[in-house]
Amino acid sequence: MTPDDVRVLESGPLPIEDRLRRVDCDVHHSLRSLEDLKPFLSRRWWDHLQSYGLRMPVPFSGSSPYPKATPALSRTDSWPPVGGPPGSDLDFMREQLLDRYDIQHGLLHLLYPCGMDQRNQAFGAALCRAINEWVVAAWTSQEPRLKAAISVPGEDAAAAVAEIEHWAGHPGFVQVAMATHSIEPLGRRRYWPIYEAAVGQSYPIGLHTSGYNGNAITPAGWPSFYVEEQHGVAISQQGVAISLVTEGVFARLPELRVVVVEAGFAWVPSVAWRLDRHWSRMRDEVPHLVRPPSEYIRENLWFTTQPMDEPERPRDLRHILDWIGWDRVLFASDYPHWDMDSPELGFRLRMTAEERRAIYGGNARAVYGLA
Amino acid sequence: MARHVIAAAADIPPGGRKIVTVQGREVGVFNLGGEFYALLNRCPHQGGALCLGRQVGLVTSSEPGRYDYSRPGEMLKCPWHGWEFDIRTGQSWCDPDDLRVRRYTVQVEPGEALAKGPFVAETFTVSVEQDYLVVEI
Repeated sequence: MTPDDVRVLESGPLPIEDRLRRVDCDVHHSLRSLEDLKPFLSRRWWDHLQSYGLRMPVPFSGSSPYPKATPALSRTDSWPPVGGPPGSDLDFMREQLLDRYDIQHGLLHLLYPCGMDQRNQAFGAALCRAINEWVVAAWTSQEPRLKAAISVPGEDAAAAVAEIEHWAGHPGFVQVAMATHSIEPLGRRRYWPIYEAAVGQSYPIGLHTSGYNGNAITPAGWPSFYVEEQHGVAISQQGVAISLVTEGVFARLPELRVVVVEAGFAWVPSVAWRLDRHWSRMRDEVPHLVRPPSEYIRENLWFTTQPMDEPERPRDLRHILDWIGWDRVLFASDYPHWDMDSPELGFRLRMTAEERRAIYGGNARAVYGLA
Repeated sequence: MARHVIAAAADIPPGGRKIVTVQGREVGVFNLGGEFYALLNRCPHQGGALCLGRQVGLVTSSEPGRYDYSRPGEMLKCPWHGWEFDIRTGQSWCDPDDLRVRRYTVQVEPGEALAKGPFVAETFTVSVEQDYLVVEI
Protein backbone atom coordinates (compact mmCIF):
# COMPACT_ATOMS: atom_id res chain seq x y z
CA MET A 1 0.00 0.00 0.00
CA THR A 2 1.48 3.32 -1.05
CA PRO A 3 0.19 6.85 -0.51
CA ASP A 4 -0.87 6.80 -4.13
CA ASP A 5 -3.13 3.85 -3.53
CA VAL A 6 -4.78 4.89 -0.33
CA ARG A 7 -5.05 8.20 1.42
CA VAL A 8 -2.49 8.06 4.22
CA LEU A 9 -4.29 6.86 7.30
CA GLU A 10 -3.85 8.41 10.67
CA SER A 11 -3.80 4.95 12.18
CA GLY A 12 -0.79 2.79 11.63
CA PRO A 13 -0.56 -0.93 10.98
CA LEU A 14 -1.47 -3.21 13.80
CA PRO A 15 1.03 -5.35 15.71
CA ILE A 16 0.08 -9.02 15.86
CA GLU A 17 -0.25 -9.00 19.64
CA ASP A 18 -2.98 -6.33 19.34
CA ARG A 19 -5.28 -8.55 17.31
CA LEU A 20 -8.60 -6.91 17.77
CA ARG A 21 -11.16 -9.68 18.24
CA ARG A 22 -13.60 -7.38 16.52
CA VAL A 23 -17.26 -7.31 17.43
CA ASP A 24 -19.40 -5.92 14.63
CA CYS A 25 -22.53 -4.47 16.22
CA ASP A 26 -24.60 -4.12 13.05
CA VAL A 27 -24.76 -6.96 10.55
CA HIS A 28 -27.75 -7.47 8.27
CA HIS A 29 -28.89 -10.94 7.41
CA SER A 30 -31.98 -11.25 5.29
CA LEU A 31 -34.63 -13.69 4.18
CA ARG A 32 -34.13 -15.22 0.75
CA SER A 33 -37.87 -14.59 0.45
CA LEU A 34 -40.86 -14.58 2.79
CA GLU A 35 -41.10 -18.33 2.07
CA ASP A 36 -38.24 -18.76 4.56
CA LEU A 37 -40.70 -17.94 7.33
CA LYS A 38 -43.32 -20.46 6.20
CA PRO A 39 -42.07 -23.31 8.40
CA PHE A 40 -42.28 -21.02 11.41
CA LEU A 41 -45.72 -19.51 10.85
CA SER A 42 -48.91 -21.39 11.63
CA ARG A 43 -51.09 -22.27 8.69
CA ARG A 44 -53.46 -19.54 9.83
CA TRP A 45 -50.84 -16.79 9.74
CA TRP A 46 -49.16 -18.00 6.58
CA ASP A 47 -52.53 -17.83 4.82
CA HIS A 48 -53.02 -14.39 6.34
CA LEU A 49 -49.68 -13.24 4.95
CA GLN A 50 -50.58 -14.58 1.52
CA SER A 51 -54.01 -12.95 1.55
CA TYR A 52 -53.35 -9.63 3.22
CA GLY A 53 -49.60 -9.15 3.15
CA LEU A 54 -47.51 -6.92 5.36
CA ARG A 55 -49.42 -3.76 6.31
CA MET A 56 -47.69 -0.93 8.11
CA PRO A 57 -49.20 2.32 9.39
CA VAL A 58 -47.86 4.14 6.37
CA PRO A 59 -48.80 4.77 2.75
CA PHE A 60 -46.63 3.32 -0.02
CA SER A 61 -47.70 -0.16 1.04
CA GLY A 62 -45.52 -2.70 -0.71
CA SER A 63 -42.66 -0.30 -1.31
CA SER A 64 -40.41 1.91 0.72
CA PRO A 65 -41.57 5.46 1.32
CA TYR A 66 -37.99 6.55 0.86
CA PRO A 67 -35.81 6.30 -2.17
CA LYS A 68 -32.70 4.19 -1.64
CA ALA A 69 -29.28 4.63 -3.11
CA THR A 70 -28.80 1.20 -4.55
CA PRO A 71 -30.73 -2.06 -5.06
CA ALA A 72 -31.53 -3.73 -1.73
CA LEU A 73 -29.72 -0.79 -0.13
CA SER A 74 -26.58 -2.86 -0.55
CA ARG A 75 -23.04 -2.95 -1.82
CA THR A 76 -23.34 -4.01 -5.44
CA ASP A 77 -20.76 -6.74 -4.83
CA SER A 78 -22.73 -8.30 -1.98
CA TRP A 79 -25.28 -10.29 -4.00
CA PRO A 80 -24.52 -13.94 -3.18
CA PRO A 81 -23.24 -16.06 -6.08
CA VAL A 82 -25.81 -18.70 -5.17
CA GLY A 83 -28.63 -16.23 -5.67
CA GLY A 84 -30.91 -14.43 -3.23
CA PRO A 85 -30.60 -10.91 -1.89
CA PRO A 86 -27.54 -9.51 -0.07
CA GLY A 87 -27.19 -10.93 3.42
CA SER A 88 -29.25 -14.05 2.66
CA ASP A 89 -26.39 -16.53 2.29
CA LEU A 90 -24.40 -17.47 5.37
CA ASP A 91 -21.38 -18.77 3.47
CA PHE A 92 -21.05 -15.55 1.51
CA MET A 93 -21.42 -13.51 4.70
CA ARG A 94 -18.59 -15.55 6.20
CA GLU A 95 -16.45 -14.86 3.15
CA GLN A 96 -17.17 -11.15 2.80
CA LEU A 97 -17.37 -10.22 6.48
CA LEU A 98 -16.69 -12.71 9.27
CA ASP A 99 -13.58 -14.36 7.82
CA ARG A 100 -12.42 -11.42 5.75
CA TYR A 101 -12.23 -9.09 8.74
CA ASP A 102 -11.64 -11.58 11.53
CA ILE A 103 -14.94 -10.79 13.27
CA GLN A 104 -15.27 -12.57 16.61
CA HIS A 105 -18.96 -11.74 16.96
CA GLY A 106 -21.41 -10.25 14.49
CA LEU A 107 -24.64 -8.87 15.93
CA LEU A 108 -27.58 -9.40 13.60
CA HIS A 109 -30.35 -6.89 12.97
CA LEU A 110 -33.17 -7.93 10.67
CA LEU A 111 -34.82 -4.98 8.94
CA TYR A 112 -37.47 -6.77 6.90
CA PRO A 113 -40.05 -7.83 7.70
CA CYS A 114 -40.67 -5.97 10.95
CA GLY A 115 -43.21 -7.46 13.34
CA MET A 116 -43.46 -4.34 15.46
CA ASP A 117 -44.91 -2.12 12.77
CA GLN A 118 -47.65 -4.49 11.59
CA ARG A 119 -51.10 -2.94 11.89
CA ASN A 120 -52.55 -6.36 12.73
CA GLN A 121 -50.95 -6.82 16.11
CA ALA A 122 -51.71 -10.52 16.48
CA PHE A 123 -50.04 -11.09 13.13
CA GLY A 124 -47.15 -8.90 14.24
CA ALA A 125 -46.64 -11.10 17.29
CA ALA A 126 -46.75 -14.27 15.17
CA LEU A 127 -44.32 -12.70 12.71
CA CYS A 128 -41.86 -11.84 15.50
CA ARG A 129 -41.98 -15.40 16.80
CA ALA A 130 -41.41 -16.79 13.30
CA ILE A 131 -38.49 -14.40 12.70
CA ASN A 132 -36.91 -15.44 16.00
CA GLU A 133 -37.38 -19.15 15.27
CA TRP A 134 -35.90 -18.65 11.80
CA VAL A 135 -32.87 -16.71 12.97
CA VAL A 136 -31.96 -19.48 15.38
CA ALA A 137 -32.51 -22.25 12.83
CA ALA A 138 -30.84 -20.57 9.85
CA TRP A 139 -28.20 -18.37 11.45
CA THR A 140 -27.13 -18.50 15.08
CA SER A 141 -27.25 -22.29 15.37
CA GLN A 142 -25.23 -22.56 12.15
CA GLU A 143 -22.62 -19.94 13.00
CA PRO A 144 -21.68 -19.33 16.64
CA ARG A 145 -20.00 -16.02 15.77
CA LEU A 146 -23.41 -14.56 14.95
CA LYS A 147 -25.71 -13.35 17.71
CA ALA A 148 -29.28 -12.22 17.14
CA ALA A 149 -31.70 -9.73 18.64
CA ILE A 150 -35.10 -10.87 19.87
CA SER A 151 -37.66 -9.23 17.58
CA VAL A 152 -40.61 -8.08 19.65
CA PRO A 153 -44.05 -6.72 18.73
CA GLY A 154 -43.30 -3.59 20.71
CA GLU A 155 -46.63 -1.81 20.16
CA ASP A 156 -48.24 -4.58 22.25
CA ALA A 157 -46.12 -4.52 25.39
CA ALA A 158 -47.63 -7.67 26.92
CA ALA A 159 -46.89 -9.69 23.78
CA ALA A 160 -43.40 -8.21 23.61
CA VAL A 161 -42.70 -9.19 27.21
CA ALA A 162 -43.94 -12.71 26.48
CA GLU A 163 -41.57 -12.93 23.51
CA ILE A 164 -38.61 -11.83 25.64
CA GLU A 165 -39.46 -14.36 28.31
CA HIS A 166 -39.91 -17.11 25.74
CA TRP A 167 -36.32 -16.71 24.60
CA ALA A 168 -34.66 -15.73 27.86
CA GLY A 169 -31.35 -17.48 28.30
CA HIS A 170 -31.17 -18.78 24.73
CA PRO A 171 -27.53 -18.58 23.59
CA GLY A 172 -28.47 -17.24 20.16
CA PHE A 173 -29.78 -13.92 21.48
CA VAL A 174 -27.92 -11.06 23.12
CA GLN A 175 -30.41 -8.19 22.97
CA VAL A 176 -33.98 -7.13 22.31
CA ALA A 177 -34.71 -5.26 19.07
CA MET A 178 -37.44 -2.67 18.71
CA ALA A 179 -38.42 -0.50 15.77
CA THR A 180 -37.43 3.12 16.33
CA HIS A 181 -40.17 4.65 14.20
CA SER A 182 -42.83 3.66 16.69
CA ILE A 183 -46.42 4.80 17.17
CA GLU A 184 -45.38 6.95 20.12
CA PRO A 185 -41.84 8.02 21.02
CA LEU A 186 -40.12 5.09 22.70
CA GLY A 187 -39.84 6.79 26.08
CA ARG A 188 -43.62 6.67 26.58
CA ARG A 189 -44.94 4.52 29.39
CA ARG A 190 -46.73 2.05 27.11
CA TYR A 191 -43.27 0.65 26.30
CA TRP A 192 -41.94 0.47 29.85
CA PRO A 193 -42.94 -3.14 30.53
CA ILE A 194 -40.64 -4.13 27.67
CA TYR A 195 -37.73 -2.29 29.25
CA GLU A 196 -38.48 -3.84 32.61
CA ALA A 197 -38.49 -7.31 31.06
CA ALA A 198 -35.20 -6.57 29.28
CA VAL A 199 -33.59 -5.48 32.54
CA GLY A 200 -35.05 -8.54 34.25
CA GLN A 201 -33.42 -10.82 31.69
CA SER A 202 -30.22 -8.72 31.43
CA TYR A 203 -30.74 -7.88 27.77
CA PRO A 204 -29.79 -4.51 26.32
CA ILE A 205 -32.33 -2.91 24.00
CA GLY A 206 -30.88 -2.55 20.48
CA LEU A 207 -32.46 0.32 18.61
CA HIS A 208 -31.60 0.03 14.96
CA THR A 209 -33.30 2.66 12.83
CA SER A 210 -36.28 0.78 11.46
CA GLY A 211 -40.01 0.52 11.14
CA TYR A 212 -42.73 2.73 9.73
CA ASN A 213 -45.10 4.79 11.82
CA GLY A 214 -46.61 7.09 9.24
CA ASN A 215 -44.49 10.07 10.25
CA ALA A 216 -41.89 11.65 8.04
CA ILE A 217 -38.39 10.84 9.22
CA THR A 218 -37.75 14.45 10.15
CA PRO A 219 -40.14 16.85 11.87
CA ALA A 220 -39.58 19.20 8.92
CA GLY A 221 -41.73 17.05 6.66
CA TRP A 222 -41.19 14.49 3.94
CA PRO A 223 -37.77 14.63 2.34
CA SER A 224 -37.34 14.84 -1.42
CA PHE A 225 -33.95 13.19 -1.59
CA TYR A 226 -32.29 10.12 -0.17
CA VAL A 227 -29.44 12.32 1.03
CA GLU A 228 -31.99 14.06 3.26
CA GLU A 229 -33.49 10.83 4.49
CA GLN A 230 -30.06 9.41 5.23
CA HIS A 231 -29.30 12.28 7.57
CA GLY A 232 -32.84 12.16 8.94
CA VAL A 233 -31.96 8.79 10.43
CA ALA A 234 -29.67 10.47 12.94
CA ILE A 235 -32.27 13.15 13.70
CA SER A 236 -34.95 10.53 14.31
CA GLN A 237 -32.65 8.65 16.68
CA GLN A 238 -32.01 11.88 18.56
CA GLY A 239 -35.77 12.08 19.06
CA VAL A 240 -35.79 8.54 20.43
CA ALA A 241 -32.88 9.20 22.80
CA ILE A 242 -34.41 12.45 24.05
CA SER A 243 -37.75 10.72 24.65
CA LEU A 244 -36.13 7.90 26.63
CA VAL A 245 -34.29 10.42 28.81
CA THR A 246 -37.03 12.99 29.38
CA GLU A 247 -39.85 10.52 30.04
CA GLY A 248 -37.76 9.13 32.88
CA VAL A 249 -37.08 5.64 31.57
CA PHE A 250 -33.52 5.70 32.87
CA ALA A 251 -34.50 7.40 36.12
CA ARG A 252 -36.89 4.50 36.67
CA LEU A 253 -34.58 1.77 35.33
CA PRO A 254 -30.98 2.77 36.00
CA GLU A 255 -29.76 -0.66 34.88
CA LEU A 256 -31.32 -0.38 31.41
CA ARG A 257 -28.77 -0.47 28.59
CA VAL A 258 -29.86 0.98 25.26
CA VAL A 259 -27.68 0.70 22.16
CA VAL A 260 -28.46 3.22 19.43
CA VAL A 261 -27.55 1.62 16.11
CA GLU A 262 -26.82 3.27 12.78
CA ALA A 263 -27.14 6.89 13.76
CA GLY A 264 -23.48 7.86 14.22
CA PHE A 265 -22.41 9.57 17.43
CA ALA A 266 -21.01 13.05 16.76
CA TRP A 267 -24.38 14.63 17.56
CA VAL A 268 -24.51 13.21 21.08
CA PRO A 269 -22.66 15.98 22.96
CA SER A 270 -24.68 18.83 21.45
CA VAL A 271 -27.98 17.12 22.23
CA ALA A 272 -26.83 16.54 25.80
CA TRP A 273 -25.64 20.13 26.24
CA ARG A 274 -28.92 21.55 25.04
CA LEU A 275 -30.97 19.18 27.18
CA ASP A 276 -28.92 20.08 30.25
CA ARG A 277 -29.43 23.77 29.58
CA HIS A 278 -33.20 23.39 29.23
CA TRP A 279 -33.40 21.03 32.16
CA SER A 280 -31.68 23.49 34.47
CA ARG A 281 -34.38 26.07 33.64
CA MET A 282 -37.41 23.78 33.44
CA ARG A 283 -36.62 21.28 36.10
CA ASP A 284 -40.06 21.70 37.61
CA GLU A 285 -41.62 20.36 34.41
CA VAL A 286 -39.67 17.11 34.61
CA PRO A 287 -38.95 16.69 38.33
CA HIS A 288 -38.61 12.94 37.77
CA LEU A 289 -35.24 13.71 36.20
CA VAL A 290 -33.21 13.93 39.36
CA ARG A 291 -29.95 14.28 37.45
CA PRO A 292 -28.96 16.29 34.38
CA PRO A 293 -30.03 14.59 31.12
CA SER A 294 -26.42 14.28 30.04
CA GLU A 295 -25.75 11.90 32.91
CA TYR A 296 -28.48 9.49 31.77
CA ILE A 297 -27.16 9.74 28.23
CA ARG A 298 -23.66 8.85 29.32
CA GLU A 299 -24.70 6.06 31.64
CA ASN A 300 -27.56 4.31 29.85
CA LEU A 301 -26.92 4.82 26.16
CA TRP A 302 -24.30 3.33 23.86
CA PHE A 303 -23.76 4.32 20.26
CA THR A 304 -22.52 2.38 17.26
CA THR A 305 -20.06 4.02 14.91
CA GLN A 306 -21.62 3.58 11.51
CA PRO A 307 -22.23 5.61 9.44
CA MET A 308 -18.95 7.06 10.58
CA ASP A 309 -18.78 10.79 11.06
CA GLU A 310 -15.93 11.93 8.82
CA PRO A 311 -14.64 15.35 9.84
CA GLU A 312 -11.98 16.87 7.56
CA ARG A 313 -9.50 16.39 10.39
CA PRO A 314 -10.06 12.87 11.73
CA ARG A 315 -8.53 13.88 15.06
CA ASP A 316 -11.56 16.10 15.75
CA LEU A 317 -13.45 12.91 16.56
CA ARG A 318 -11.27 12.56 19.63
CA HIS A 319 -13.00 15.50 21.33
CA ILE A 320 -16.37 13.90 20.71
CA LEU A 321 -15.23 10.51 22.01
CA ASP A 322 -13.64 12.10 25.04
CA TRP A 323 -16.97 13.68 25.90
CA ILE A 324 -19.19 10.66 25.27
CA GLY A 325 -16.72 8.27 26.85
CA TRP A 326 -14.44 5.77 25.14
CA ASP A 327 -16.44 2.98 26.71
CA ARG A 328 -19.73 4.07 25.10
CA VAL A 329 -18.97 3.69 21.41
CA LEU A 330 -19.19 0.35 19.59
CA PHE A 331 -17.85 -0.50 16.16
CA ALA A 332 -20.43 -1.44 13.53
CA SER A 333 -19.99 -2.12 9.83
CA ASP A 334 -23.61 -2.32 8.58
CA TYR A 335 -22.61 -5.09 6.16
CA PRO A 336 -23.86 -5.60 3.45
CA HIS A 337 -25.42 -2.18 3.04
CA TRP A 338 -23.97 0.34 0.63
CA ASP A 339 -22.80 2.67 3.39
CA MET A 340 -20.91 -0.07 5.20
CA ASP A 341 -17.84 1.05 7.12
CA SER A 342 -14.80 -1.12 6.57
CA PRO A 343 -13.59 -2.78 9.80
CA GLU A 344 -10.07 -1.89 8.69
CA LEU A 345 -10.41 1.55 7.16
CA GLY A 346 -13.62 2.99 8.55
CA PHE A 347 -12.00 4.76 11.50
CA ARG A 348 -9.41 7.32 10.39
CA LEU A 349 -8.71 8.61 13.86
CA ARG A 350 -5.34 7.66 15.31
CA MET A 351 -6.09 5.66 18.45
CA THR A 352 -4.04 3.98 21.12
CA ALA A 353 -4.08 0.18 21.16
CA GLU A 354 -6.26 0.31 24.25
CA GLU A 355 -8.78 2.70 22.68
CA ARG A 356 -8.89 0.61 19.56
CA ARG A 357 -9.50 -2.60 21.48
CA ALA A 358 -12.34 -0.93 23.39
CA ILE A 359 -14.17 0.45 20.37
CA TYR A 360 -13.64 -2.54 18.10
CA GLY A 361 -14.68 -5.15 20.62
CA GLY A 362 -14.12 -4.59 24.33
CA ASN A 363 -17.04 -2.21 24.79
CA ALA A 364 -19.43 -4.52 22.96
CA ARG A 365 -18.26 -7.53 24.95
CA ALA A 366 -18.99 -5.58 28.13
CA VAL A 367 -22.43 -4.30 27.07
CA TYR A 368 -23.59 -7.63 25.68
CA GLY A 369 -21.85 -9.91 28.14
CA LEU A 370 -19.92 -11.67 25.38
CA ALA A 371 -16.83 -13.72 26.11
CA MET B 1 8.93 -1.14 -13.28
CA ALA B 2 8.24 -3.76 -15.84
CA ARG B 3 5.91 -3.86 -18.79
CA HIS B 4 3.31 -6.59 -18.70
CA VAL B 5 1.25 -7.86 -21.59
CA ILE B 6 -2.18 -8.26 -20.06
CA ALA B 7 -4.63 -8.89 -22.93
CA ALA B 8 -5.14 -8.83 -26.65
CA ALA B 9 -6.54 -5.41 -27.54
CA ALA B 10 -9.53 -7.06 -29.21
CA ASP B 11 -10.44 -8.74 -25.91
CA ILE B 12 -11.72 -5.46 -24.51
CA PRO B 13 -14.14 -3.77 -26.91
CA PRO B 14 -15.15 -0.09 -26.51
CA GLY B 15 -17.17 0.24 -23.30
CA GLY B 16 -15.71 -3.03 -22.01
CA ARG B 17 -13.38 -3.79 -19.17
CA LYS B 18 -11.24 -6.60 -17.84
CA ILE B 19 -9.82 -7.25 -14.40
CA VAL B 20 -6.31 -8.69 -14.50
CA THR B 21 -3.79 -9.61 -11.83
CA VAL B 22 -0.30 -8.29 -12.38
CA GLN B 23 2.42 -8.91 -9.80
CA GLY B 24 -0.22 -9.72 -7.19
CA ARG B 25 -2.11 -6.51 -7.90
CA GLU B 26 -5.62 -6.51 -9.29
CA VAL B 27 -5.96 -3.96 -12.03
CA GLY B 28 -9.05 -2.99 -14.03
CA VAL B 29 -8.43 -2.17 -17.69
CA PHE B 30 -11.10 -0.06 -19.43
CA ASN B 31 -11.71 0.74 -23.08
CA LEU B 32 -13.25 4.20 -23.46
CA GLY B 33 -13.93 4.77 -27.14
CA GLY B 34 -10.79 2.98 -28.24
CA GLU B 35 -8.52 4.46 -25.56
CA PHE B 36 -7.34 2.21 -22.78
CA TYR B 37 -7.00 3.08 -19.11
CA ALA B 38 -5.94 0.98 -16.13
CA LEU B 39 -6.80 1.55 -12.47
CA LEU B 40 -5.93 -0.32 -9.29
CA ASN B 41 -8.92 -2.42 -8.23
CA ARG B 42 -9.04 -0.91 -4.78
CA CYS B 43 -11.00 2.17 -3.80
CA PRO B 44 -8.82 4.68 -1.95
CA HIS B 45 -11.75 5.56 0.31
CA GLN B 46 -12.32 2.29 2.19
CA GLY B 47 -10.83 -0.44 0.05
CA GLY B 48 -13.82 -1.66 -2.00
CA ALA B 49 -13.23 -3.48 -5.29
CA LEU B 50 -13.59 -0.28 -7.30
CA CYS B 51 -13.17 -1.75 -10.78
CA LEU B 52 -16.26 -3.95 -10.32
CA GLY B 53 -18.37 -0.81 -10.00
CA ARG B 54 -20.83 0.63 -12.49
CA GLN B 55 -19.64 2.95 -15.24
CA VAL B 56 -21.80 6.04 -15.16
CA GLY B 57 -21.88 9.50 -16.65
CA LEU B 58 -21.28 12.79 -14.94
CA VAL B 59 -24.38 14.56 -13.62
CA THR B 60 -23.79 18.25 -13.02
CA SER B 61 -26.03 21.21 -12.34
CA SER B 62 -25.45 24.91 -12.82
CA GLU B 63 -28.55 25.76 -10.78
CA PRO B 64 -31.47 23.90 -9.15
CA GLY B 65 -33.75 22.60 -11.86
CA ARG B 66 -31.08 22.45 -14.55
CA TYR B 67 -29.22 19.17 -14.95
CA ASP B 68 -26.58 18.11 -17.39
CA TYR B 69 -25.48 14.59 -18.13
CA SER B 70 -22.16 14.28 -19.85
CA ARG B 71 -19.31 11.86 -20.44
CA PRO B 72 -21.47 8.70 -20.35
CA GLY B 73 -19.55 5.67 -19.14
CA GLU B 74 -16.43 7.60 -18.21
CA MET B 75 -16.97 7.68 -14.47
CA LEU B 76 -16.51 4.61 -12.29
CA LYS B 77 -18.73 4.28 -9.22
CA CYS B 78 -17.44 2.16 -6.32
CA PRO B 79 -19.67 -0.83 -5.44
CA TRP B 80 -19.55 0.17 -1.77
CA HIS B 81 -20.15 3.85 -1.09
CA GLY B 82 -20.69 5.01 -4.64
CA TRP B 83 -17.67 7.32 -4.74
CA GLU B 84 -17.08 8.32 -8.35
CA PHE B 85 -13.72 8.35 -10.07
CA ASP B 86 -12.75 9.65 -13.48
CA ILE B 87 -11.51 6.59 -15.35
CA ARG B 88 -9.18 8.73 -17.48
CA THR B 89 -7.34 10.33 -14.57
CA GLY B 90 -8.19 8.28 -11.48
CA GLN B 91 -9.31 11.48 -9.83
CA SER B 92 -12.05 11.32 -7.21
CA TRP B 93 -15.13 13.39 -7.91
CA CYS B 94 -15.99 13.43 -4.17
CA ASP B 95 -12.60 14.53 -2.88
CA PRO B 96 -10.53 15.66 -5.87
CA ASP B 97 -7.76 17.32 -3.88
CA ASP B 98 -6.87 14.46 -1.56
CA LEU B 99 -7.91 11.29 -3.25
CA ARG B 100 -7.20 9.54 -6.47
CA VAL B 101 -7.07 5.92 -7.39
CA ARG B 102 -3.73 4.57 -8.55
CA ARG B 103 -3.64 4.49 -12.35
CA TYR B 104 -1.27 2.75 -14.70
CA THR B 105 -0.22 3.50 -18.23
CA VAL B 106 -1.67 1.22 -20.88
CA GLN B 107 -0.20 1.03 -24.35
CA VAL B 108 -1.32 -0.82 -27.42
CA GLU B 109 1.61 -2.66 -28.99
CA PRO B 110 1.72 -4.82 -32.10
CA GLY B 111 2.46 -8.46 -31.45
CA GLU B 112 5.38 -8.27 -33.78
CA ALA B 113 7.15 -5.79 -31.49
CA LEU B 114 6.26 -7.70 -28.35
CA ALA B 115 7.63 -10.98 -29.62
CA LYS B 116 11.09 -9.40 -29.38
CA GLY B 117 10.65 -8.38 -25.72
CA PRO B 118 11.67 -7.38 -23.15
CA PHE B 119 8.17 -7.85 -21.89
CA VAL B 120 6.52 -10.08 -19.34
CA ALA B 121 3.79 -12.14 -20.91
CA GLU B 122 2.69 -14.14 -17.93
CA THR B 123 -0.41 -15.93 -18.94
CA PHE B 124 -0.60 -16.31 -22.66
CA THR B 125 1.29 -16.53 -25.88
CA VAL B 126 1.80 -13.42 -27.96
CA SER B 127 1.20 -13.84 -31.66
CA VAL B 128 2.54 -11.45 -34.22
CA GLU B 129 -0.78 -10.89 -35.97
CA GLN B 130 -2.55 -9.11 -33.14
CA ASP B 131 -2.27 -5.93 -31.08
CA TYR B 132 -1.80 -6.28 -27.33
CA LEU B 133 -2.33 -4.17 -24.24
CA VAL B 134 0.79 -3.54 -22.21
CA VAL B 135 0.60 -2.17 -18.65
CA GLU B 136 3.56 -0.62 -16.91
CA ILE B 137 3.81 -1.64 -13.26
